This record gives sequence, structure tokens and C-alpha cells, in this order.
Amino acid sequence: MLSSLTGILDSSPEMLALFVGFGLVVGLLFGFFGMGGSFLVTPALLMLGYPATVAVGSGMAFVFGTAVIATLKHHDLGQVDYKLGAIMIAGTTVGIEVGRASVFYLEELGLADGIISVVYVFLLGGIGLMITRESLASDGGGGIDHDAAAAEDLSEYEIPDIAKKIQQTVRIPPMVTLRGDIRVSVWVITAVAFSTGILSGFLGVGGGFIRMPAMIYAIGVPTPVAVGTDLFEIVFSGGIGSYLYGQSGGVDLGIVVPLLFGSALGARIGSAATAVVDADDIKVYFGGMLLAGSVAVGIGEIGTYLGNETLETLGLVLVIGAAVVVAAAIVFTTLRSLRATRNHVSATAD
Amino acid sequence: MSGLEIPTWDPETAILIGTILMEAVLLYVGYAGLERIVGPRLMKLLVGGSTDAQ
Repeated sequence: MLSSLTGILDSSPEMLALFVGFGLVVGLLFGFFGMGGSFLVTPALLMLGYPATVAVGSGMAFVFGTAVIATLKHHDLGQVDYKLGAIMIAGTTVGIEVGRASVFYLEELGLADGIISVVYVFLLGGIGLMITRESLASDGGGGIDHDAAAAEDLSEYEIPDIAKKIQQTVRIPPMVTLRGDIRVSVWVITAVAFSTGILSGFLGVGGGFIRMPAMIYAIGVPTPVAVGTDLFEIVFSGGIGSYLYGQSGGVDLGIVVPLLFGSALGARIGSAATAVVDADDIKVYFGGMLLAGSVAVGIGEIGTYLGNETLETLGLVLVIGAAVVVAAAIVFTTLRSLRATRNHVSATAD
Repeated sequence: MSGLEIPTWDPETAILIGTILMEAVLLYVGYAGLERIVGPRLMKLLVGGSTDAQ
């Protein structure tokens, strides 16, 4: 336990620099796309050779820290439904505990690393494929843009048909009224929270990429409120999940502190970049990055199975490399757009 | 450690999670201040000339 607290002192300068740099990249992607910050961290830690419990536990603690920072921002924008968040905390926390218990059970059987990696292959591959396909088909889509969501007016929000149907069909008491005058059964909220909580606890991710669409389409919450409330909820559920992993020695400050240090800065840069560059233009690369991540985890896992270190290294390079390429594309496109705008303003002034 | 658990009070783990919480708040405040102080100069350096583009 004490080793978790002094982990930061035990880490080598090279590892600290690697985590700060990786955090910067992950934060940039999260700040720009509004999702996907966390699901590269756990696979990268697994490929670096950390045990599954440390990879998932530290990944979850990183998500907790990131959610604290993002919630402070969304609170300032008035986009948090605290009543909905409080109901979701209970369901998600129980779900996270079920997911966490599954990780420890699989670890006792010696299967945790393999099964978590396989789930990541399908998850990253599936979401990556969906985002890439939607981006190519409709010039955008896939994922939820925090800043675009922020621009929407709550009073003009139209509840999706499927959410209306669920609200009319599932009327098991107690019913609650949420922001945007939405009336929904507490059991619908709890079911959404529990199922996404299992995923969070099992993979060490925030689960926002599933919970936000679930809140929008199953509960009928307006998008900006879904984003803010999801983050608020992750602060608590992620905090409790991290606490439970921490009690078992699964949270390493030598990983979390530098990751958070880099990601908080990256998220600011990414968020500022959305004011200059249209996220839809780059979203196809984001989908490609998730697909590359999926392939990388698969290659790394085959390498581990065969005892082939070259394949393991290739997987690690691929997962980090794909994230770095997309982050660099964001920075490059942003600077190019800013310079073009400046030149245009100068030419107009002349 | 498998099986469902109810969180029990553990001061060392509380310090561990408190450290992460404290770091997150400090980073939120610190980077916001840094952005105000260094941001305009950095933009001028990177883009050159006027920074009204944003």
C-alpha cells in the first residue's frame, strides 16, 4: 500500500516523461473529441507489462482525475443535473464493483490480461469501425463533441423517439423529473448506470462513450446535460472504484500523477483547438486510431501468448503511435488554420 | 480480492485518492492561470502577428 503512495518517487525519469507525454496526447484527444481519452491508457499499461489490476486500477484513477477537471468546467457552464447524477452514482458504483470483482476473479484464474485485452480488441475495433463508417458516410458523426453540445439550447432540445417510447412504456414507480422537464422511471436510470458501470469496472474506463448515448437515447436527457452529468457521475463512481482498486494496491501514483499532469494541459489545448478546427474533419482519423489501437492490442496479446517480445513492442508502438499521429494532426491543422486566418485578416486590412 | 466488497475506511487509500483529487483541482486552477498569463504570448510566437483568430 505504501508503495502506491511512494510510487511517484520510485519511477525513473524516462517513465515519468513517457507518462507525461502520453497524458498530453490522451488529454489532447479528450479535449478535442470529447471522448476516448481513457481507452488507450489501460491497453498501453498492459502492454508495458503492468499487471491487469494495476493497469485497470491506475486507468480508473486517471479517469477519476480527468473527470474532476472536466466537471469543474461543466459546472461553470451550468450543464450538470445533480439529481440524475446522484441516482446514477448508486447504479454505476454497484456495476463498477461487479466489474472489478470480475477482474480479480479472472486474475486468480490467470486469465485477466488475456480476456481484458480481447474485450479491448472488440471494443476499440467496434467503436473505431462505427466512427470511421459514420464519418465517411455523413461528413461527421460518431462520438460526442463537448463544445458542440455546449452550444445547444436546452429549451429547443427534442427528445429522441426511442427515449419517448421508453418513457411511455416503462412507468415503474418511483418516477423522477429531470432537467428539460423529462419524467422517467428511476429503474431505467439505474439499469443504464449499472450496465455501463460493469464496463467501467472491468476495463478501467470512464464509460462515457457508452453512457452518454445511453443517457440521450434511453433516458432522453439533452446532450449538454448528458455530458456534464456523466462527468459529475464519473467523479463519484470513478473515485469509489479507484478507492477499491487502491485498497488492493491497484493504483500506482507513479503512473497516475504524471499522466494527469500531461492530460490536463492536453485537454486545454484540445478544447481550444475545437474553436479553430471542425472536429468532423478529423473524426475519421480518430476512428482510424481506435482501429489501429484494436489491432495493436491484438498484436501485443499474440506476442505475449507466443512469448515474442518484438510483437509486444510492435503493439505498444502502434497504440501510442496512432494516438500521437492523430494528436499531431490536430495541432498541425489548428496552427495551419490560425495562420491562414491571420493571413486572410492581414490581406483584408491591406 | 475477488468477490463483491463494501468500501471500508482505509486512511492510506484515502490519502492516495485525495492526492489525485488535490492534483486535479490544482491542475485545473494552475493551468487556467498559466493560460491567461502565457497563452497570448505563446499564440503570438506560434502563429505570429495578431491572435484574434480565435
